[in-house]
Amino acid sequence: MSAVSRAEDLNLIGCGVCGLVCRAKPLADAACPRCGSGLRRRKPRSVIRSWSLLVAAFIFYIPANLLPIMRTGSLGDVDDNTILSGVVELWQKGSQELAVIVFTASIVVPMLKFLVLGTLLVCVHRKTRWAQRQRAKLYRLVELIGHWSMLDVFVVALLTALVRFSVLSSVEPLPGVIYFCLTVILTMFAAMSFDPRLTWDCKGNE
Amino acid sequence: MAAIPSSVTDAKRLICGHCDSVYRRRELGRGEVSLCAVCGAVLERHQRLGNDALAAVVLTALIAFVQGNIWPIVTISLNGQPSSARLWDMVIIMWQDQAQIVAVITAFTLFFFPLVNLLSLGWLLVFARRGIRAPGFRALMVTLHYLRPWTMSEVFVLGAIVAMVKAQSYFEVMPDKGIYAYGLLMVLVTAVAGTDLRRLWDGVPGPSR
Repeated sequence: MSAVSRAEDLNLIGCGVCGLVCRAKPLADAACPRCGSGLRRRKPRSVIRSWSLLVAAFIFYIPANLLPIMRTGSLGDVDDNTILSGVVELWQKGSQELAVIVFTASIVVPMLKFLVLGTLLVCVHRKTRWAQRQRAKLYRLVELIGHWSMLDVFVVALLTALVRFSVLSSVEPLPGVIYFCLTVILTMFAAMSFDPRLTWDCKGNE
Repeated sequence: MAAIPSSVTDAKRLICGHCDSVYRRRELGRGEVSLCAVCGAVLERHQRLGNDALAAVVLTALIAFVQGNIWPIVTISLNGQPSSARLWDMVIIMWQDQAQIVAVITAFTLFFFPLVNLLSLGWLLVFARRGIRAPGFRALMVTLHYLRPWTMSEVFVLGAIVAMVKAQSYFEVMPDKGIYAYGLLMVLVTAVAGTDLRRLWDGVPGPSR
């Protein structure tokens, strides 16, 4: 493992879209000859893009949790649910296994994304070699589980479409669900903007 | 590879997209996966499913997708009065209920992206089976690369189960045909998502010029 060379040392660039290995000399800043995508050593302005999207996502995340995401009404009786109260209700009245899944998708995963991407970005700033392999693994985890947070959004959408008994019983979406949906989309963009190769760009790297 | 001169590329090598380490490419056996020794990311995967099998899976997934969209997903009833919802009911009702952003994102992640994904994959595979590149091969391969993280049918299946359990405290809930079609779709889409489509770039010769 000590003798693995990096693309830059061999004057090669790997296409980010199709994976073709290209020689950097004639092709630097050109288009990939196979798929036509731009050939770049690193995603352009990766760190600043990723930070901005992450901060924007965090700003939306606050109202997403504080504001109710869904209103259930029956015969004039109105009940507003937040993400957390929805999990509690599912734990008490429905299924505890599902409550754990929803808690993970709606609360643990977004928090994990903020923590992990924040840590990765700070480490890239410092060019530290601390826990590089673990950081690489965490990035792949965030990429893999990112979209599962949309779970609660789909639950609200389906319940709204289903529960249509006018005054007897009805469900409507509230602004919290919009903020939450935006949080998930923005964190996904933040994760995509981050270039995992930056984790390995530090001084004295073999 | 008709048009690409080997002086600018190197087909014998492989670069890890997650850490930029360079490797000599190895022939992989059936089902083998090569991992990056530096960061642990997957470098290459040898497919268990050949183009024929994959085309069959995609076709089946397309049928399940159509069924999941035309059939209702769930029916609930209150005092004997039924109410059911299909996928597009969700989109339309979210739009009408002041959640247009949610409606648009739902429409794209659960309808347009999965549909484009399956159709382009099917199109590419139908031609790849005969050993030729489909018209629009390059553009479709690039589209598939960018679309991959944005198809969320499998998340919707779990969401529908959660919604049913939540509704059960207040209504009589009956899962409908649509949810079963979606359950099948979830399995098939996962099988397709596990395949490394990059092999189509080398596996299928370019158009003869």
